[in-house]
Parts: sequence; C-alpha cells; structure tokens
Amino acid sequence: MTGLTVAEPTTYDNRAAFAEELVELARADERIVAVCNDSVGSSNLVAFRREFPDRLVNVGIAEQNMVGVGAGLAAAGLVPFVCAAAPFLTGRALEQIKADVAYSQHPVVLCGMSPGMAYGELGPTHHSVEDLSWLRPLPGLDIVVPADRRQTRLAVRQAVADPRPTFIRVGRYKVPDVTTDDDVLDRGRFLQHRPGRDVTVIATGTMVARALDAAERLAAVGVSVRVLNAAYIAPLDVDAITSAARGTRAIVTAEEANVAGGLGAAVASVVAQLEDGARVPLRILGLHEFAPTGSTAELLEHFGLTATRIADAARELLGS
Amino acid sequence: MLVADEIQVAEWRAFRERVAGAAPDERAALLRQNATRIRRSIIEMISTARQGHVGGDLSVTDILTALYGAVLRIDPADPHRRDRDRLILSKGHCAAALYSTLAFAGYFPPSALGRFMGPFSPLNGHPNRTKVPGVETNTGPLGHGLPVAVGEAKGAKILGLGYRVFVVLGDGEMQEGSNWEALMSASHHRLDNLTAVIDRNRLQQGARTEETNGLDPLDQRLAAFGCEVRSVDGHDHLQLVSAFTPSTTGRPVAVIANTIKGKGVSFMEDRVEWHHKVPDPDQVTAALAELGETA
Repeated sequence: MTGLTVAEPTTYDNRAAFAEELVELARADERIVAVCNDSVGSSNLVAFRREFPDRLVNVGIAEQNMVGVGAGLAAAGLVPFVCAAAPFLTGRALEQIKADVAYSQHPVVLCGMSPGMAYGELGPTHHSVEDLSWLRPLPGLDIVVPADRRQTRLAVRQAVADPRPTFIRVGRYKVPDVTTDDDVLDRGRFLQHRPGRDVTVIATGTMVARALDAAERLAAVGVSVRVLNAAYIAPLDVDAITSAARGTRAIVTAEEANVAGGLGAAVASVVAQLEDGARVPLRILGLHEFAPTGSTAELLEHFGLTATRIADAARELLGS
Repeated sequence: MLVADEIQVAEWRAFRERVAGAAPDERAALLRQNATRIRRSIIEMISTARQGHVGGDLSVTDILTALYGAVLRIDPADPHRRDRDRLILSKGHCAAALYSTLAFAGYFPPSALGRFMGPFSPLNGHPNRTKVPGVETNTGPLGHGLPVAVGEAKGAKILGLGYRVFVVLGDGEMQEGSNWEALMSASHHRLDNLTAVIDRNRLQQGARTEETNGLDPLDQRLAAFGCEVRSVDGHDHLQLVSAFTPSTTGRPVAVIANTIKGKGVSFMEDRVEWHHKVPDPDQVTAALAELGETA
C-alpha cells in the first residue's frame, strides 16, 4: 500500500491489555479463574497459567463443554473468564451461551478473542462477524466491544466488580488508543468522543478510530460529526441513539461484523420506531457476505470499513 | 422466586433421620413410600397441565427419591449455601419429577405443584433456577447438565469445598456429543466428586435407543472415557444409595441406573408413546389406583 508517510499512531493488540488486567485482578481476587479450549497461547493466558496454574481450566478443543464448565464454575461461586477464539466460542457453543449462561443467569464472562476478521487469510470459518447478531437476542447477556486497550481493561474490571453474564470482544487486530484516562466505561452507555450537529457516526471496536478519523476529515470541510463509541452493544444505549436522531440529520454505523443483526441493525430498529419527524436517514456499514481471501487490513478496505467510506457515507446522507 | 416451606422442610428432615436410622428393609420401605408419593404427584400434575413427560418422570423417580431421601447433603431452607451437594437434572423435560421431589423436601410449598406449566407459573415445563429454589441450572436442551456439573465439581476442587455433584441424564441424551466432551474432561481433571447417573430406560422420544443410535456397550464406553462405572437396578433404592457412595478410584463415577420408562403404571411401562402422552381421566384414575395410596 502507498500513502503519505505521516506519523502513524502506535497501535496495540487488545489481548495484551486483557491478559495483563486479568492477572492483576486475579492476584487480589481468588474467585477469578480462566477457562479455555486449548487456547492458552492465542487467548494470551500464558502469564495467567504461570502465576495461577490451579485456576486455569483447559478443557481442550471442546467448546460446548467449555461454556458449560464456565457456568458450573460460576455456580460454584467463582468468576470464570471463558476465553476462546470468538467464532468457535459463539458459534459452536451458542446454545450453551443461551441456556447455561444467559437464561440460567450464571455470571460467566465470555471472552471472544480475535473477533471480526482478525484472522484475515484464515478465512470466514475463522472470522467472527456473526457474533453480535447471534448474541444480541439473548436477554440478560451484556455485550461489550472495547475499542482500545484502555476500554479492554475497563471491561475486565467491570466484569469482576459486577459479575453477570457478559460477552467481551477482545480484539487482536491492532488499534490505536481512542480513549483517555478520564473516559469511563458506563454499562449500557455509548461513549461520546466528540459532539456534532450534522451527522452522527456510531462505531464499535476497531471502527471507532476510523470513525474519529472520518470526523476529522469531515470537520475540515465544515461538516460537524458526532462520534459515539458503542462499547456496549447490550444493553443498548437507546437514549444516545434517540438523541442522535433528534440532534443530527443522519446516522452512519460502522462495525467489523455482518450487517444482519449487529450494531447497525440495533440502531436501525430504534430509529425506525421513532415518531414521525424524528426518523433520520441511516447507513449501516459492515459485511454482507463471506470474506474473500485477504489480510485483515485488506478485508476492512474491501468491505468499505475505512475512514474514507465512513466519511463518504455521511456526505451522501447529508446530500453534500 | 418460590420460597421454602418451613413445615415441609421440618417433615423432610424428620424423614431423612428416619431413613438414616432405619434397618435396610425399613429404609427401603420408607423410600418406596416416598417414591409412590412422587409418582402420584407426577400423574396429578400432568393430568392437570394436560402436558408433560410422564414416561421419563416415572423412570427417574426412584433415582431422585434415593438422592433426596438418603444421599444429598442439602438444606432446603438454605438452597444457596456454598457447600451444598448439587443435583442437576440434565433431562430437564422430567421437571414434574424434580418439582415434586423438591416440593416434598420443602424447597417450596407443594401447593405450587398444582400450577405446573400454568400461565406465568414458576414451574415451567423445564426447570428454571431463577424461579425455583433447588434448581441448580436451567436445563431442557439435552447435553447441557453434565458440562455444568463438571464445572461445579472442578469449582469445588479449586475452592477446597467438599461438596459432591450429581447429574441425572436420560440415556437417549448420551447421543449428545457434549456429554462425551464433558466425561473426557471430568476424568482428565480427576473429578472424583462427580457422579453422573444415567436413567437407562432404553427408550427415547421416537423409538428404542438401540434402534435409533445404539448406546451399548454403554458401560464399556463410559469406562473407556475414564469413569468408575456402576450398574444397578434403577428402581431399587438401596442399590441406588449404595451406587451413590463416593468414588473409590479417584475417577468420576458413572451410574447406569437400569430403569423402565413409565415405571409403576403397567399400561405405560416400556411403551414409547408414553414419552409425552397425556393420560385421559380414566387412565389417571387407573394409574393412581395402581400406584396405591401413601401411608
């Protein structure tokens, strides 16, 4: 790829922050255990295993059992972090997540590692772009998609401070910092990164940095963009969506996920049910099909999940 | 959420003491009497609800009777105490048997049984732990209870707690791959505090297990997965109680409880259609007459 050699921001693999935070918390809280499916390495649990060998339960390549075991550990009074590559955790063990975790209300923390198209060339079997659609209909299950390493740490802390059925997307594709030490992770609330009056971009996970980039570009041409970070997909921040519809003239959503049932669909459902006059045009950016072969960066480009395309979508909706 | 019935709890405690202090013959008679009470309750619940899984309810009754009457270290007045023994009914469709057992142990008033599967009743067709005290995890889809039981047993080891975990499965349910995943990990983690009880009535919803997707040799398969296997008459309470003693090998225990689906009502016994057929009023009368009165 070519481009200007301006200083690119440093980017980070959120799994590292996840693993460090988990170990730190586990030192002070003996209830914390980790469960994995032969994914000690890919779930960044090597340090956890070194320090707490008796608190790591590796069930081998058996995801249905893994999630059930997590529910049982929670029922025993522990706080289990069930870590596995997101596609296998959410796809193979979906019924366990539904019945054993969400419906049973066992406080299991499901950690979907390397979500979205983080596994690039490994292909659609290894992409987790359906997870948001699969999990959103499950009542009582929080869905957290941290946008950077700081939000990842906060998500882990939140899960320990207030154990409840939770799914956390723990990103592998490197992202720059988008939050500061002053930013909090409020359960069920989007984080507003910048105010705006023309258009709102609601982005989640890897897309937040790109949304902020798009907002910068649009600001340069006089378009005022509100950027909301959907760190919580569930509970959904209906108030923020409603005020975006009322306070700006259009909404663009961006997610590294399939558009059928994810963040954009959630936003659309809220907007479509607003009273006459409050509905605004909406564009949902995401995947519509199985990905071709490519690196994560190439695939994000392929599906238009870039700052450029976010900005284009905003301008199209505004008719400018 | 239903709450404990103190009078019923006191009765149950007295019953447990009588069972514990009785000579074998008398112990068997006491447990048999309680099983009859549960079977009558099952018939009445299903008759009222016009729904349910009577065949499997009647085959699992003696297993539950033995566990709650003579084995589990539990306090129905304090259903969440940390060191309680756990019982998971993985064959959740046999909720009527579990609910009757729990109610007679005092987890909630037996009067609630009359609302089985009624509108907004806490007693759903499949057990829900957020509504019914004594239910450890929500079951219904098959192949879920054993993995959760493995987690509870592993949790006891991590926490240094001495409780035991029992999970009751249907035999047809052993066709679910998740159960074999769970058994592999149970033996790998040497969960000698786990007992899986298989209600081997040899019938599943559509046909005989061996005509559907054969399980035999079930004992050898369970042993090959690392279990200490015990095969017993699943309607003989004393055999069951003896099979529910702790592991002697450091390995998880699998009890094959050989049962008869529909046990206790001759026209239902070993007949596939009684998996979830609902008896008509004459059949209810006949079933109750055959089961007999409890003292």
